[in-house]
Amino acid sequence: MSEAVNAAVNEPIRVAVMEQLPKANVTARSPLAHSTRVVPGTIQETAGVYLWEEALRTHLAIRGNAGSADFSRGVEAATGLALPDRLQCSQSGDWSLSWIAPDEWLLIGPGKEAYAMELSLRAQLDGHYAVINLSGGQTLLRLAGPKARLVLMKSCPYDMHDRNFPVGKVVTTVLAKSQATVHRIGDEEWALVVRRSFADYVWRWLMDAGKEYDLGPRRPE
Amino acid sequence: MFYLFCPYCGEHREEEEFHPRGQAHLSRPEDPDGCTDEEWGDFIYFRTNPRGLHHEIWVHAVGCRKFFNVTRDTQSYEILETYRMGSAPRITDLNDKQQSREVQA
Amino acid sequence: MTQRNRLDTGGRIDRGTPLGFKFNGQHYQGFAGDTLASALLANGVDVIGRSFKYSRPRGIVAASAEEPNAVFQLGATEATQVPNVRATQQELFDGLVSQPTSGWPGLKIDFMGVVGSLLGRMLPPGFYYKTFMFPQAAWDTYEKYIRKAAGLGRSPRKPDVDTYDHLNHHTDVLIVGAGPTGLSAALSAARAGARVILADEQAEMGGSLLDCTDKLDDKPAAEWVRGTLQELAGYDNVLLLPRATVNGYHDHNFLTIHERRTDHCADHAPTNLSRQRLHRVRARWVVLATGAHERPLVYGHNDLPGCMLASAVSTYINRYAVVPGRKLVLMTTNDNAYRTAFDWQDAGREVVAIVDTRAYATGAWQAEAERRGLKILKGMAVIEARGRQRVTGAVVAGLTSDGNRVTGDRQILNCDTLASSGGWSPVVHLSCHTGSRPVWDDDAIGFLPGKTVQQQLVAGAVNGRYSLSDCLTDGASIGAEAATKAGFPAKPATVPFVRTRPEIGAMALFCVPHPKPNSRAPKQFVDFQTDVTAAAIELATREGFESIEHIKRYTAMGFGTDQGKLGNINGMAVAAKSLNQTIPETGTTIFRPNYTPVTFGAIAGRHCNDLFDPIRYSAMHEWHVRNGARFEDVGQWKRPWYFPKADETMQQALNRECLATRESVGILDASTLGKIDIQGKDAREFLGRIYTNAWAKLPVGKCRYGLMCKEDGMVFDDGVTSCMGENHFVMTTTTGGAAGVLEWLELYHQTEWPELDVYMNTVTDHWATMTLAGPNARKLLAELTDDIDLDRDRFRFMDWRQGTVAGVPARVFRISFTGELSYEINVQANYGLHVWETLFDHGAKYKLTPYGTETMHILRAEKGFIIAGQDTDGSVHPYDLGMSWAVKEDKPFSFIGKRGMKREDCVRANRKQLVGIKTKDPSVVLPEGAQAVDNPDHPLPVPMLGHITSSYYSACLGRSIALGVIKGGHNRMGDTVHYPLADGRIVEAEICNTIFLDPEGERQNV
Repeated sequence: MSEAVNAAVNEPIRVAVMEQLPKANVTARSPLAHSTRVVPGTIQETAGVYLWEEALRTHLAIRGNAGSADFSRGVEAATGLALPDRLQCSQSGDWSLSWIAPDEWLLIGPGKEAYAMELSLRAQLDGHYAVINLSGGQTLLRLAGPKARLVLMKSCPYDMHDRNFPVGKVVTTVLAKSQATVHRIGDEEWALVVRRSFADYVWRWLMDAGKEYDLGPRRPE
Repeated sequence: MFYLFCPYCGEHREEEEFHPRGQAHLSRPEDPDGCTDEEWGDFIYFRTNPRGLHHEIWVHAVGCRKFFNVTRDTQSYEILETYRMGSAPRITDLNDKQQSREVQA
Repeated sequence: MTQRNRLDTGGRIDRGTPLGFKFNGQHYQGFAGDTLASALLANGVDVIGRSFKYSRPRGIVAASAEEPNAVFQLGATEATQVPNVRATQQELFDGLVSQPTSGWPGLKIDFMGVVGSLLGRMLPPGFYYKTFMFPQAAWDTYEKYIRKAAGLGRSPRKPDVDTYDHLNHHTDVLIVGAGPTGLSAALSAARAGARVILADEQAEMGGSLLDCTDKLDDKPAAEWVRGTLQELAGYDNVLLLPRATVNGYHDHNFLTIHERRTDHCADHAPTNLSRQRLHRVRARWVVLATGAHERPLVYGHNDLPGCMLASAVSTYINRYAVVPGRKLVLMTTNDNAYRTAFDWQDAGREVVAIVDTRAYATGAWQAEAERRGLKILKGMAVIEARGRQRVTGAVVAGLTSDGNRVTGDRQILNCDTLASSGGWSPVVHLSCHTGSRPVWDDDAIGFLPGKTVQQQLVAGAVNGRYSLSDCLTDGASIGAEAATKAGFPAKPATVPFVRTRPEIGAMALFCVPHPKPNSRAPKQFVDFQTDVTAAAIELATREGFESIEHIKRYTAMGFGTDQGKLGNINGMAVAAKSLNQTIPETGTTIFRPNYTPVTFGAIAGRHCNDLFDPIRYSAMHEWHVRNGARFEDVGQWKRPWYFPKADETMQQALNRECLATRESVGILDASTLGKIDIQGKDAREFLGRIYTNAWAKLPVGKCRYGLMCKEDGMVFDDGVTSCMGENHFVMTTTTGGAAGVLEWLELYHQTEWPELDVYMNTVTDHWATMTLAGPNARKLLAELTDDIDLDRDRFRFMDWRQGTVAGVPARVFRISFTGELSYEINVQANYGLHVWETLFDHGAKYKLTPYGTETMHILRAEKGFIIAGQDTDGSVHPYDLGMSWAVKEDKPFSFIGKRGMKREDCVRANRKQLVGIKTKDPSVVLPEGAQAVDNPDHPLPVPMLGHITSSYYSACLGRSIALGVIKGGHNRMGDTVHYPLADGRIVEAEICNTIFLDPEGERQNV
């Protein structure tokens, strides 16, 4: 807790960073913990679209100056990921780094790594930058299947066509009356980042939009 | 429903992603306390309402959250150009429309 | 009943699939491939409705979207009722149930008909204005009967059983209309690789090619259509949308398409399939290939059943194998319509005569007619139809070459069908939606699409190119142009060769003259749906209406659900003539969206019921539901309002929650408050500029309340902001203001002070926030933490600490919105429920009581704490609120609001100021919004002093309390004011301090 408020008196505290996950054995409840039970049916091969939550992952917003070589080097040193160009995503293993805005990126990774990664980023970065832990504030949904694109076309006004939205692209756009960061991770595979408080609404919306295509839970591996 | 080019995302996006924030290129007076009531009233209340060319601020609210400028024909709703904060419009006269089409293309 | 008008062969219907249906209570049979209109005509149903104003019998006139009369109510059950369906566009399905929407009290009883013929002269144009304007109160009575008689259909009284949805598209080229023009355009664009959407309102694509007898490359036209559609369907980049009407053309090439996905299948849609879909299309380029509607001629009694459009007669014969009569008289101003006479003859029925208004009509079409032995009456016109329930004859007379007068003797031709063609009216509707005014073209004898700023091209008949071969070639080249402009270099597709006869010039005739002046002639209908006659339009011009827009509104021409698709041009021609002007001088009205009526279901899509608006939940929502919370909507959030026990009333629950909190400890879910994480070396400076108070010296580990104003000096949000580090603050905002405040901060950072190093992100959803409040708050919290020193002097009011609560890392803020000892616990939201539940595990011995927003409101009002947006309304500055302590005027930077609150109006005496209000009778709770007056007996108007902004019953004080604004209130402590209420009571009250409880602020120092 060296960076935190209770630190040594002589060192000025610049930013409060804390391990937010309990050491004790406490059950975390993802934004959709109550909903995953509601997906109809069992795992099946025939569904046109599959929907599931990848709960409790690390979500960190990184702010900084993309034009600064130090900044991009620092991000890469900490994450192993190159700073992606606009509307792009860098990926490696369990980690992905998506462009959100000219001075903002979203880092998503394994669930328990937020604190270590934030410390590592802060160790590598200097000057004007920010790291914000959003792991509790948003969640990752996965949409997959041959009809996934149609479900997105029902939900988002953005052009989801292959020519405009190739694999690897990321956009933040309107989803129904909420919003989502939509990442195309494969031909029929999409990842959606939604805010926690809207997650139930988005989930119900997608379930409804998928009905026509025989929506099923998690895609069979 | 407008289709706006976000100069930061480098793409056209649907109007649903944006909020309009009124007339562009109004600067907050350097010395507010030195302003007369009339000058301050002009700054906070009075806006142009032209028929034709208008520069306005929009924000890509559901997107990159960046503010930018739009040159719009209020009569035809044509968007003649969009440009980043801090830069000047290329089009300041409706006769420059032709030029704008090239800019947008 | 037999289908007595059905031919034994031909048509695009499936005689092997008979379909039963009901119209007006009667059972009929048609075939798969029929429309409801073609099936009714096959069964010889002449009268399908009664007219709006005169209640005259009406029959089917057209075969497509322009049909003005056959507009029905569909639906077998109450829940599936659909009004305003054009029978010409409704495909027949087995079990279809339809009702005429006009003709109350019944098609045959004709009550209004009697009234209509008696009162015909009493229903002139402008009859709404003239008759029903006064007395206004009587309108309710009139309206009921007018609507009933007018036949506008009705909405269902039960919830719709079907679902509807939206689909968003982006495309390079959107082609509207899949007739010869649209199909060839699609070929050109598709072959170039452009993304193409081809939409057509009909079930089958092909448009006029489906009922024409012309040969393409010496083969039936339908064969070319089949081949073309097959090719198009094979392209990945092409989307074919049949049964899909492009209904609206909006800004920046945004178009809406109304697709009827299952309306042709059954009374309601199959499970999980939407009945209708609204496609929202953003197109780079739009090709309008909407074609043209045939224009009927206007003549006496031209509304009798049996009077039809010539092209519609051909469509019914060729496409549906239905001949809608026995003996045909065809009146035409052009060669094109001769086809109808030939089709009729080929169907084995009698053509009585072709009445050609042109004396000069001598060419290939006339030669063919003569070869067929058909009688042509040249230079003549039908001046009126005869008959009662159906045409029995046509009165024919000579016509001067200018078409202005009738000459010579009259003769009567016996017939039961009177087809007419006055040429074509291009379907310019969508072009008009873009704000473009159509332009008259003398050669096309019609209005063509005008200039537009949209990326739009027009092709074929809508552009005045009526002949089939012109449509094909124009379509191919415009389709290629659109693709090229969209970035896909394209060559025009090769189009098939059309073998046809040359045509000679058409005559510009709209309203056939009558020997009597129009005002005394038999009624000559211009607009069938609104019953507007030529005489009515002339009367309007005599009454001084000159602008076509005014004439339209005065006569109601074009105001029906068909928007005057058939009648408008004829009406303009009549007006022009009456005003002694040309048609272009008179001008045209423009059409607005939608082209044909759209159901509310399609507009709403899936944005209804539970999905109408987002519902936001906190991490503890499940607990609130389990524990019987009543919820309140705050923005999109569902917040617990209060937690009633068993049979408590709301007030009883509030009293209990308030007392429990003040006496022991209560807990509030405060997760919905906006939280903004601010990092950067200039964060402190930034806060100093956007808040009214001082931030320069707030140390790490401390919190401060801040007021935020707009440039006019008026309060717009407030909240506590905490210093997390030298470069790090967390701001809280009101629940409803969260998004707006962040956008406001970004606006100033990005546009005014980009030089400040600060990054702002919302963390509202990341933290679950629970507020423990009450004298036992510390004791309870101590049981759940072992690493936070809760000592009252070391963890002081307005401090925050980091530590562990219930095993979960937490930030704990000692801040208070109740005046009690209070800790706000923040943990990552995924652990919010755990911590909340653990607090309750330990809380029983302190009678830990959950409270909702209403108790929160009461507790804070007892302390005189404001709620931005409730006690402020954008016209209240910090001094009005008595909060000068929150304004630091000597900050070096002129913070937002500082200059504003110094304006003359802001510093005058007698501004409305926030004060406490105590009613003299402590049991009376004033309604919020009640207006204060000094003297209720003052003669009207009584000067108003201000209103109540917050008002509650306080169980802790055993009386009502209120906050409100009063002019000059800060200097009127102890004065009595009166609140006259809507129910007649006048409540006496005393102005007092806003702090009702614990003015010294001792309670939070327990």
